[in-house]
Amino acid sequence: MEQKKEPLLEIRDLSVSFRMYSRGLKQTDLRVISDLDFTARSGEITAIAGASGSGKSLLSSAVLGILPDNASVCGRIYYKGRELTPDLQKKLRGTEIALVPQSVAYLDPLMKTGEQADGHRKPRPTEKREKLFRRLGLPEQTEYLYPFQLSGGMARRILVSSALLTDAQLIIADEPTPGMSLEQALEALKLFREMADSGSAVVLITHDIDLAFEFADRISVFYAGTTVETAPASDFRKGPDALRHPYSRALWRALPQNGFQPLDGFQPYAGALPEGCLFAPRCPHRTEKCTVQVPPSREVRGGEVRCYYGA
Amino acid sequence: MALKAENIWFRYNRRDPWILENQSITVEKGERLALIAPSGRGKSTLAMILAGYLKPSSGQVLADGRPLPAKGVCPVQMIFQHPEKAVNPRWRLRRVLEESGRADRIIPDLLGIEPAWADRFPGELSGGELQRFCVARALMSGADYLICDEISTMLDVITQARIWEVVLKEADRRNMGVIIITHNRHLALKTADRITEL
Amino acid sequence: MNRLNRRGRTLLLLSAAALTFAGIYALGLLLPEEAAAASYLDAGLPPSFSHPFGTDTLGRDLLARTIKGLSVSITVGIFASLISAVIAVLAGAAAAGSKTADACISWLTDLVMSVPHTILVILISFALGRGMTGLLAGIAATHWCSLARLIRAEVLQLRAQQYISISRKLGKTGGWILIHHLLPHLAPQFFTGLLLLFPHAVLHEASVSFLGFGLPPEQPAIGIILSESMRSLSAGMWWSAVLPGLTLVLVILLTDKLGEQARMLLDPFHAQE
Repeated sequence: MEQKKEPLLEIRDLSVSFRMYSRGLKQTDLRVISDLDFTARSGEITAIAGASGSGKSLLSSAVLGILPDNASVCGRIYYKGRELTPDLQKKLRGTEIALVPQSVAYLDPLMKTGEQADGHRKPRPTEKREKLFRRLGLPEQTEYLYPFQLSGGMARRILVSSALLTDAQLIIADEPTPGMSLEQALEALKLFREMADSGSAVVLITHDIDLAFEFADRISVFYAGTTVETAPASDFRKGPDALRHPYSRALWRALPQNGFQPLDGFQPYAGALPEGCLFAPRCPHRTEKCTVQVPPSREVRGGEVRCYYGA
Repeated sequence: MALKAENIWFRYNRRDPWILENQSITVEKGERLALIAPSGRGKSTLAMILAGYLKPSSGQVLADGRPLPAKGVCPVQMIFQHPEKAVNPRWRLRRVLEESGRADRIIPDLLGIEPAWADRFPGELSGGELQRFCVARALMSGADYLICDEISTMLDVITQARIWEVVLKEADRRNMGVIIITHNRHLALKTADRITEL
Repeated sequence: MNRLNRRGRTLLLLSAAALTFAGIYALGLLLPEEAAAASYLDAGLPPSFSHPFGTDTLGRDLLARTIKGLSVSITVGIFASLISAVIAVLAGAAAAGSKTADACISWLTDLVMSVPHTILVILISFALGRGMTGLLAGIAATHWCSLARLIRAEVLQLRAQQYISISRKLGKTGGWILIHHLLPHLAPQFFTGLLLLFPHAVLHEASVSFLGFGLPPEQPAIGIILSESMRSLSAGMWWSAVLPGLTLVLVILLTDKLGEQARMLLDPFHAQE
């Protein structure tokens, strides 16, 4: 067995709530992330998979400290063993921690893409950038274009290259591939792989679980704002018997190539979360215990699972 | 009885390059056709032309031998990739269902739409939940042909499986022609009887 | 919950503003003419208990005159901004509707905006025989431009929305789409625009009356009071300009603040504060 690498980013019991208007003047706290555990290790690609609204993107905002003002965070986030404070977040983001944002609207509309990808680094990493652009299949003159002249897929490739040009030790890529062709997406993922091999930690947020299965070392499955299972990607390739949580198995079975099987019910909303296990209302194996108390995170066969019965 | 696009040429402007050059495509009633192509080949443009959202520069679209009507309910309905753009953000979702012209509960129930969702605003639902409303709206309009442009690309696989189960069952029951546009070969194999590449 | 949230603040401000305006308006109507009647015995008195704002050179109580003046200003402000906002919506929507209409309306907007407001208000007001009608027409005809541009852009942007084209394919007519999709989107713009137009209208009313091209001198308008005070200021009667002027500024600030809060509430980035 390979020895466990030191975690670069460690998140324990993270909860994030938003103050929202419910009706008229009343404001209530909506908890969108609850009791979330997550670890990213240097040299690894950790994928975060889950439905939209499961809190995948919020996690990245919480790590970077860019949540909106009406959000409140509790729980602990450690970076290299140090508590990640707002000051530290400010210092690290853009240098040691890089984000590939989900929305292409993050590009500065008034700046040529080449300059934008280079960032504030002196001297400008022109040569490295040109090589990256070429590998991602961006045409020769792309660096002189403004964002409005780019297609969605091109804009996304620019975002990916800006993150790769930093010497970040932690890269968080939030849905980096939509709009790219299959070859481009594969090339982008190969680049992430190279970053990981050179010692960075890569967090790949995606709903495309085929891709996560293929490229990640470990996969964390999110559901309703919490992690239900974290397991080596090889377990996901093996099939449902190797998995620990009923939701991960349902994801596997819903893939078109694995049966295309839907599951009744829906992911619960922030503000209407059930007592106990968040998946219990849809779970075929639930017992009384599941509807009373949230199952604690347990280690099972080299993975973590939040289920009383995961084995 | 078929939806036919004949010799379609399309470009936005006289000076722009052609996006579609002499494309023809036919889907029979009761047939499910998957269109696979890399991005940038004009799949979505062709879909918009087939559903009457865009006029071809030359060529014609015929549904059961007649051109698409300029007014009234179109017999070809299209479902888009991003459901949050396809519903009015200020409307409660009840009105999205009512916009189809019919308001029975059968299709929404099949799609797993919770009655309570109808009182919410689009911003309060996830993409998967919104897409169910868009699918319900298109099916309830009584269309003969359905064009699905990457409708499950942004959704989680469980919702994707549910939506396709309902769409395909309903299409079979009403003998609709369906065009499935996707980049996912596995999905195409599972949903279509015939696959073409653009 | 100790601190009021934004919705609470807006509501509080809205009720405060409404109460103030209603109070001033009602007082202006209820105050008998005699309250501001000339009385040579009391001419030129500084602020005191019986005349909190002092009196002018004719011995008229300035507080009573200010309140009557403000009530006139508020009436003018409300009507002028309402007419302006309605013109803006119609012009904006029409401009977004057809290319020809767009060309005509854009030309007109540019024309109106290229002439300084005050001059245009004076011209229109003078041409229509001054007085309330002339002034209203003048202000209403000059203040719709920026809101019209905003509404035009909004309608154009809305018409390109996917859900509008879908609605059309579901057999909905243009009128149906206008009523159900477009107008509800424009309502917030309309009301914010209305609120932000109000202080402009009031200030223009005051300045044009001050210059002598607006309301007739016998009408107790703020502009008139200020212009009359010009003659007595050099005699050391500071109160005749400062106190009525300050009340005008307060009324303006109140509506401006209100408009600002309303705008923030509609802006999704600040909406949840």
